[in-house]
Amino acid sequence: MRFVFSPPADEAAGLLTLPFGEPLDEWRDERLVEIRQRGISRHVVRFVADGGELYALKSISERLARREYRLLRALAELNVPAVEVVGIVVDRGPEADAILVTRFLEYSTTYRALFSSPRTGQPTDRLLDALVELLVRLHLSGFFWGDCSLSNTLFRHDAGTLEAYLVDAETSEQHPSLSAGQRSWDLELAAERICGELFDLAAGGMLPAEVDPVQTAGQLRPRYEGLWEELTREETLRPDEQRYRIAERLRRLNELGYDADEVELISAPDGTRLNVRTKVAESGRRSRELFQQAGISADENQARRLLNDIASFRGYLEQRDGVPVSETVAAHLWVQEVYEPALAAVPADLRDRLAPPEIFHEILEHRWYLSEREGRDVGTTTAAQSYVDTVLPQVPQPLAASIEDLTGPPDGTIIR
Amino acid sequence: MAEVTLEHVDKVYAGGVKAVSDVSLHIRDGEFMILVGPSGCGKSTVLRMIAGLEEISSGSIRIGDVLVNDLPPKDRDIAMVFQNYALYPHLTVADNMAFGLKMRQLPAEEIRRRVAGAARVLGLEPYLDRTPATLSGGQRQRVAMGRAIVREPQAFLMDEPLSNLDAKLRVGMRAALADLHERLKVTTVYGTHDQAEAMLLGDRVCVLRDGLLQQAGTPEDLLDHPASLFVAGFIGWPAMNLVTARLIAGAGLIADAGLTAGAGLTASFGAHRLAIPGSALAARPGLAEYAGREVILGIRPPDFGVRPDGFGDARPSGPWPALMRVSVDRTEELGGETHVIFVIDAPPVEHQDLAALRADADEDEAPIPLAAGTSLWTARVSSGSRVRPGDSIELGLDPGCLHFFDPVSGLAIGRGQPGGLD
Repeated sequence: MRFVFSPPADEAAGLLTLPFGEPLDEWRDERLVEIRQRGISRHVVRFVADGGELYALKSISERLARREYRLLRALAELNVPAVEVVGIVVDRGPEADAILVTRFLEYSTTYRALFSSPRTGQPTDRLLDALVELLVRLHLSGFFWGDCSLSNTLFRHDAGTLEAYLVDAETSEQHPSLSAGQRSWDLELAAERICGELFDLAAGGMLPAEVDPVQTAGQLRPRYEGLWEELTREETLRPDEQRYRIAERLRRLNELGYDADEVELISAPDGTRLNVRTKVAESGRRSRELFQQAGISADENQARRLLNDIASFRGYLEQRDGVPVSETVAAHLWVQEVYEPALAAVPADLRDRLAPPEIFHEILEHRWYLSEREGRDVGTTTAAQSYVDTVLPQVPQPLAASIEDLTGPPDGTIIR
Repeated sequence: MAEVTLEHVDKVYAGGVKAVSDVSLHIRDGEFMILVGPSGCGKSTVLRMIAGLEEISSGSIRIGDVLVNDLPPKDRDIAMVFQNYALYPHLTVADNMAFGLKMRQLPAEEIRRRVAGAARVLGLEPYLDRTPATLSGGQRQRVAMGRAIVREPQAFLMDEPLSNLDAKLRVGMRAALADLHERLKVTTVYGTHDQAEAMLLGDRVCVLRDGLLQQAGTPEDLLDHPASLFVAGFIGWPAMNLVTARLIAGAGLIADAGLTAGAGLTASFGAHRLAIPGSALAARPGLAEYAGREVILGIRPPDFGVRPDGFGDARPSGPWPALMRVSVDRTEELGGETHVIFVIDAPPVEHQDLAALRADADEDEAPIPLAAGTSLWTARVSSGSRVRPGDSIELGLDPGCLHFFDPVSGLAIGRGQPGGLD
């Protein structure tokens, strides 16, 4: 047996003691966990908790495993949201497939879980937007997915929006750039699969009556084309407007989370044609900023929300003390006086429901809601306690649950 | 259903890399056409150009009467069948096949008609109201195929559709695909690197190499009349035996061949002499001009016959005038037939066409090194021949089955240039 790690993977060394010599579907190991609402898989997929981390193990042919390993690593280098590949296990014995090991995405959820426990209205719009964003990022990076679907995607809450992560790169292809035909076909496949997945949810009684599978699937292409056009369209500029229009275009790209790789200006009889070659920006500008200021890891929209709260806290300090307060000092005090006390109100048994920055974001949302209702600012402490008492317990439990949690009675009936 | 026609199609990528060069191919209405070749030969690119996933650099592609050069994939009315499929657990078999049509907003009656038709062809009628969980692996694959069939496309395009399946399922699905095509007669273009799969499935097989069409023909045509050393080496298993031989004027050099001196040629390599009578020469225009020169001689393993006890005093007058006495190195039993492996005292052929094939072969297929100046040959004979390792046997063959290639160009002697529209 050979285990090829993607370094650094020291923490995954515990996986070596798993029974890789046996067929994956026959494993009996106390580290195995089940994932609820995990959707459809063509291959045997098992989940293992080891050293505080959760891993997904997929049994596929060695050729495919090596290919997917390479593609997932390439996606990571290109800052495209995808599950993190840890390694592959090959040479497991005659006739035995290889196993691809990926790290399970923390605090992630599936489209099935989102539909089965809708907390803030049905999630169709947010799901489509997240999937469109992911497809555009892939396509700008020269990746043809070949199997885009809701089932092949995991979603993470990000301050009211969802961020989509590619889970299955089995059929993906990396090219220097994609043709219009390749992009169009990816959309065609994605729309058909989404339609099938929504029909399936409807047949399972999980789809709200107001969601029409055909209409919803049909929205994918126009949404994608809108974003693609925004990012890649050619513009004709008059000489006197060139400078500010170029700056405006680049600022808009940055706002959308993209960078200009190359700006090309071509003289034309009717003005100057502006072509911008767009690339996926290095992810998490605001995430990095938040981490530098406050030492908190968060997704981009969460970071934006927390940075706004730090800025408003800084204004409050300056007003209260009548002296300027540096950004660093304000962030430090905000962590001590606002962020940590709010999260400390969360009891231990509810802490795994959402990522801490998402909980804080929801506390801020709850504070706004309570303040509106009462006609005064209720404050973060009150909002946090009310949120913990009334909102957080309604958040679905995490997808991963241990085998012991899942199988209660001796007959092995799944009770959850 | 429709014919698919490629005329002088080129694909040049940015940076000048030419993936496909001047490919012209006419795929007939209802034909099962296989594109086969080693990795990087251009078969996937050709499939993708037909599908519209790759733009063509020059030339034209027509599906039926429609020029599709600039049509997006969704408007080409083709169904691409890839290895990935998803069945939805809460949907019945019928709904799993039908939802794509619902998405295209076809009338309900039309959807029912198409699903019923596909279920009949696929043998899924008894299962239409079941969910996928109650089906076998093979039945699930058929449901996935049904989803493509109900679209009733002009053509199916399949790019290595079986490559992700395990060996058992692959064999079953290969048979199902052949059967399905027999029933539906939908034009199908199928890409594979596996020449055995190509020969089993294809009405015709198109061999590609380095983006160039080498030969398109029926499986029998490719086996019996390979246009080049590359096609000869790529198609057929076990591979064609090849040797550099000198052609000497006059078949009568073989004293006991029973032929009239001067009526033909003799192919000489190592200690072996094969008589090529005038009748065999007549079937290969231009071969006689190689008298006194070297050619590459090819013999397919199944073209050998064996007489383990020799011919005795009574030399046969007819069937096997070309004879080789060999010592059996080892045998491989394969049910009703035996692979007889023997060493000949002539070196392996060195030619760029064969080097390209060796480069593409898996490590496991690399030949075992032999003593210098020798090569391993294979004869495929009936198990009834009872050949054993160490036996000295006489192999005979019909000289009409011999293949001759020019040692420089690698092209078959007595046959036209490779390629062509049809």
